[in-house]
Amino acid sequence: MFNTVFPYLLTGISVGGQYALIAIGYTMVYGILRLINFAHGDVFMVAGIVMVYLNASGIPLWLSILLTLLITVAIGFTVERIAYKPLRSAPRMSVMISAIGVSYTLQNLVLYITGGLNQFYPKIPFFSNAVTIFGVSTKMVTVVTPILTVILVVALVQLINHTKIGMAMRAVSKDFETSQLMGIKINNVISTTFIIGSFLAAVGSMLYFTNYNTVIQTSGSMPGLKAFVAAVFGGIGSIPGAVVGAFVIGICENIIKGLDIILFKAGITTQNMGLATFSDAFTFALLIIILIVKPTGLFGEKTTDKV
Amino acid sequence: MRTKKINSSTLWSALVILLVYVGVFIAEQTLPSTSMLFTVLKKGATYALVAVSMNLLNGFTGLFSLGQAGFMLIGAYTYAILTIPVADRMNVYQYYAGGLVQFAMPVVPALIAAGLVAALFAFLIGLPVLRLKSDYLAIATLGFAEIIRAIFQWNKLGALTNGSNILREFPTFNDFNLMNAQGEVTVYLSTTVPFLIAGVCIGIIVLLINSTYGRSLRAVKDDEVAAEAMGINLAHHKQLSFCVSSFFAGIGGAMLAMYQSTIQAKAFTSAMTYEILLIVVIGGIGSITGSCLASFLFVACSEWWLRFLDQKQMIGDFEVPLLRNGFRLVVFSIIIMIVVLFFRQGIMGTKELPDLFGRRKNLKREVKA
Repeated sequence: MFNTVFPYLLTGISVGGQYALIAIGYTMVYGILRLINFAHGDVFMVAGIVMVYLNASGIPLWLSILLTLLITVAIGFTVERIAYKPLRSAPRMSVMISAIGVSYTLQNLVLYITGGLNQFYPKIPFFSNAVTIFGVSTKMVTVVTPILTVILVVALVQLINHTKIGMAMRAVSKDFETSQLMGIKINNVISTTFIIGSFLAAVGSMLYFTNYNTVIQTSGSMPGLKAFVAAVFGGIGSIPGAVVGAFVIGICENIIKGLDIILFKAGITTQNMGLATFSDAFTFALLIIILIVKPTGLFGEKTTDKV
Repeated sequence: MRTKKINSSTLWSALVILLVYVGVFIAEQTLPSTSMLFTVLKKGATYALVAVSMNLLNGFTGLFSLGQAGFMLIGAYTYAILTIPVADRMNVYQYYAGGLVQFAMPVVPALIAAGLVAALFAFLIGLPVLRLKSDYLAIATLGFAEIIRAIFQWNKLGALTNGSNILREFPTFNDFNLMNAQGEVTVYLSTTVPFLIAGVCIGIIVLLINSTYGRSLRAVKDDEVAAEAMGINLAHHKQLSFCVSSFFAGIGGAMLAMYQSTIQAKAFTSAMTYEILLIVVIGGIGSITGSCLASFLFVACSEWWLRFLDQKQMIGDFEVPLLRNGFRLVVFSIIIMIVVLFFRQGIMGTKELPDLFGRRKNLKREVKA
């Protein structure tokens, strides 16, 4: 039994870590702007494409990793300045539509550049190496991801709790207008949020695409949506919540992918049920259940609607 | 005085719409049927219906739903499953021994059935989901669309849905052409009929919007709490709007199936919903006329007018740089971003066709604003 479940569990934890890195970007932006940044998944995908092209240009790998991080951060920053900043006082729906527009634009831009073909992600030594844990052979990235995720999250929480910019972020997410009156430069705070979010998405993309090998213009949308669901599940605005949610979703999704085989080997079913079809749908079912049972998520704060 | 003015502008609008229909009919008889114009008109009519149904929800009721692709999928599948001729079923459902359904319906009842099934699903989904607010509602409906897509691809339901294989052989727009005994087309109707279907459906939506229900829906959009205090049953009206919108999205889905002549569940992604949402935004959130115009513009740009951007172009000896496959979509998305950022009112704002003819009424509105 353990031998059947363990490989799926392992992949689940790894994918969960990658979702967590994307989910943080969603949850931080939502905490401050109350905006579902639909373009975040595409920023994640663009990070993958940038890495492919930098590596193909022949520069050393460490440099292309560094440049990928920088370029992704620059893209996240630019997207916020161009598409969200002019709509600061507009209704929330307009900003969300703008986010959808950005997502559409980024996907089409990548389609144009790549010609719509699958791009092969470069192998990062050490990460791509094979490793065997408890009799299951997998890539090193599977083991590294959860550790790296936890380190980054702890660092981020320290940043938010113990630095001046972190304090400003917390203030802005509590009350947008009052913090502006208190002399916080909200545009800087918002830009910082997008920079941190994009940086983590870039790290996430390196881990994710090392695992999956290929990048295409639509690669970002599913992981993006799932990461968003993770953020809602954990309570949007809460960073630990997003991380826990991401791991739950990553693990469940992969268990469902293998559920047919697991059930078959355990003798519960005798034929293939085709349950793997529902691995994506499960995430959304989870979302709907959590929204109905506890709309604020696992760690979310309770909000009241004022007239 | 006032009623008279509205009447005359309504009359003018009716005349314009009639002229459009006559124009389409004449164009269809005279121009070669392979012209790009007809592709645009057929797909445009389909998208117009779906965009208007989405506008009813987003623009008039203020429910930001992103489930349109899911309801289109239900409609398309219902239509296809009900209309594939019995003789062809063995062929289409080759992996499922001819499938479960062993009868075929005429087109119009099947269209209505497509709408009803979509509305039924909407009713069931709406019970839990419509309690959610703005962006949570958006993401929950998006999630439901994804779940529906997965269910339709499940191979255990293959006898009904053909699993992840395509459905085909159902009647398409081309089957509306009247033919003589030799199999030659005598009267072309393959573009006029979709226009008629879409026109009737959009007409019903317009009637709904102008009824007391429509006014209640607008009240819900402007202020939920105030609307409830005025005695409007929130849950009831939201549910009504959601079901009606899905009903017409279902019919729109069926029309899309007719346009494409084959359907597959995996094509109904959230990207399709986003496209329709962008059409609604370009046309103006809260304007039926805008949604219709925008869908034709959107389809014409993406399928026809901007095509030249995808090929190499020479001006004399100079080869225009950047032009290659996919550039059209880049230009297109930049145009959309400009509309979204700088022309948030869209083409029509909240104006309708009759407003364009009643100049004085417009002036009054502007003064108010």
